[in-house]
Order: sequence, then structure tokens, then C-alpha cells
Amino acid sequence: MSKFKKKKSGDMPAVNTASLPDIVFMLLFFFMVATVMRQNTLKIDNNLPFADQVEKLDKKDLVMYIYAGKPSANYTQYGNEARIQLNDDFASVKDVAAFIAAERAGKREELIPFLTTALKVDSDANMGLIGDIKQELRKVNALKINYTTKKGSVLGRD
Amino acid sequence: MAKRAAPEVNAGSMADIAFLLLIFFLVTTTIETDSGINRKLPPMEESEEDVVIKQRNIFTVLLNGKDQLLVEDELMELKDLRAAAVEFLDNGGDGSCDYCKGTKDKSSSDNPDKAIISLKNERETTYKTYIAVQNELVAAYNQLRDTRSQALYGKSFAEMQADYKDVNWPGNKDNLKAKIDQIKVDYPQKLSEVQ
Repeated sequence: MSKFKKKKSGDMPAVNTASLPDIVFMLLFFFMVATVMRQNTLKIDNNLPFADQVEKLDKKDLVMYIYAGKPSANYTQYGNEARIQLNDDFASVKDVAAFIAAERAGKREELIPFLTTALKVDSDANMGLIGDIKQELRKVNALKINYTTKKGSVLGRD
Repeated sequence: MAKRAAPEVNAGSMADIAFLLLIFFLVTTTIETDSGINRKLPPMEESEEDVVIKQRNIFTVLLNGKDQLLVEDELMELKDLRAAAVEFLDNGGDGSCDYCKGTKDKSSSDNPDKAIISLKNERETTYKTYIAVQNELVAAYNQLRDTRSQALYGKSFAEMQADYKDVNWPGNKDNLKAKIDQIKVDYPQKLSEVQ
């Protein structure tokens, strides 16, 4: 009567983990696809402000990024004042024109009128610096700008 | 010779390898923010003749170094700015704007085409307040445009713009473009910044 052998009670059957790799792979592919490798290493704090009337920047290759903010913890020797970062290094206001010219030179000529300058500025920066950048941009006729912000409500947030 | 079955590869460690990669990508992922408020700077060359603009057609917004807001010579909270801007833009004082729903106050703007918002900030103003103010002013324009396009075409302005950008949208794009431009003519965004 071995057919009716009493089932062993007590130890639970092991959970089948055969599909675990599949699940992990799924997550892996998601993150691989969603990952955008950072273009520039930031030397500044870059905590963007919030806004809710935002428009998307659609053409990634037609955007020039200008960062500004106060130097981050590793670069305190550069002071506490908000500074501009272009590409991978700190820059001053007068370097903006050269930066724009260099970016333009790297693009095809017919695309130059569509170039947008994205200003990624820390929320605690002063408007004086932004005003200077804008003035420089006007001088080199780079008039399309975008204040990059996070999406969220401006009210009730500090 | 008897065919020997190939020994099965042990796939037990595949999960570990996948986990390793997964953790790498999890850590390196930065979801990039690529949206913001688009603005156009005024070109450098100054026009020769000074344009005379009536005081009632200018809505002055001043931001001081302590992030306080002075709108039309009165202190104002940020949350009231949007409503105030809408009221100013939609006033329609000279009666030429038949779609304006404002109070037709003679001491406020003539029509949306003439109404100009002038924003002035100081060097000490923080960026986040500036963006908040810009956001509220853009919101005022968007609100008016939405109302207008709902009345004209039964669709919000934002929806029409989204449709225009959508490649899969089945309708007539030229038609839609004309509609969008019409709304933009009805409520042109005239936001000037004083240096």
C-alpha cells in the first residue's frame, strides 16, 4: 500500500526559482534601455527648480548645456559663489561665447538655427549670474534658451 | 559509436550575473530631466525709434533681492500672480477684443495683443523664485489659450500641441497648425524682461 504512504509533513517544498533569472533579465533590460549616461561630470551642485508649465526638449543633439551653481563639496576651494560650468570644467562668463562657437562648429550648418541652449541652474543661484549668461548669449545670437526644471508644483515647495 | 548526450550547462549562476549587471545599471542610471520653460531672448540690435507703450498696457512685475514680489506697485503673493496676470491680459479695455471675458476696465490693458508683461529682477533674486514667477506668467497665458481654444475648437491648446507633435495623429496637420497659430495670434505671449 505504498500508494497511500503518508505525506511527509513539516518541511516545506523549496520555492522554484527557475524563473528568477528571467525576471532579473527583464529588469536589467529595462534599466539598460532607460539609462542615459551622463555627458558631463558635474563639479557644482545642480538642484533644479520646480515648474509645471514645462515643454519637452525634443532633439537631444541640438541642445547645448550650460550648468551653473555653487561648487559642490569636493570643490570648495573654488568658493561658495555660484559658478558656471561648461563641459567638464568651471568657466567664467566670458567663456560662454567661445563655448557656443565651439558647439556650433561641431554641428552641421543647416542645424545651427535650431540649436537651443539649456540652462541647468541650481535653484539657489542668483539671477545676476543668469543675467550675465543671457547677455553673453544675446551677444553671440544664441537666442533660443530653455530653463531646465523638474516637473512639479512651484507653490508649497521651497 | 554511441552518441553521447552533451552535458548540460549549469545555468544556476546566470541569475547572479544578471543581478550584477542589474545593480550596475541601477546605480549608474540618472533619469535625465530634459524639459523646461522655453524662452526666446531679444536680439541685440536696438531699434532706432522708441516705441511708446501706454502705461495701462504694461503689467509690471518686480522681483527684489529678498524674493518679494511687487506687481503693479502692490505687494503680492506668488499664488495670486497667475490670477492677476490673467485678469490683466483678458481685460479688453478698448472693446476690440470680442472674445475677452475681462471686466473691460478702462485703466487696464486695451486688448491681449497690446498687453505686455514686464518682468524685472535684481541680481540677488534667487533662481528658483525667478523660475516660479516665469512659470506663473506662462501659466496665465496657457490658461487663456486653453479657454480660447476650448471655445473655438472644443479642445485644449495643450492637447492640440501634443497632437501636432504626435507622429501617429491621424488628422490634418496643416489644419491643426492653422488653428494653433490662430490661438497664438489671439493671445500672443508678450513677456519682456528689463535689464
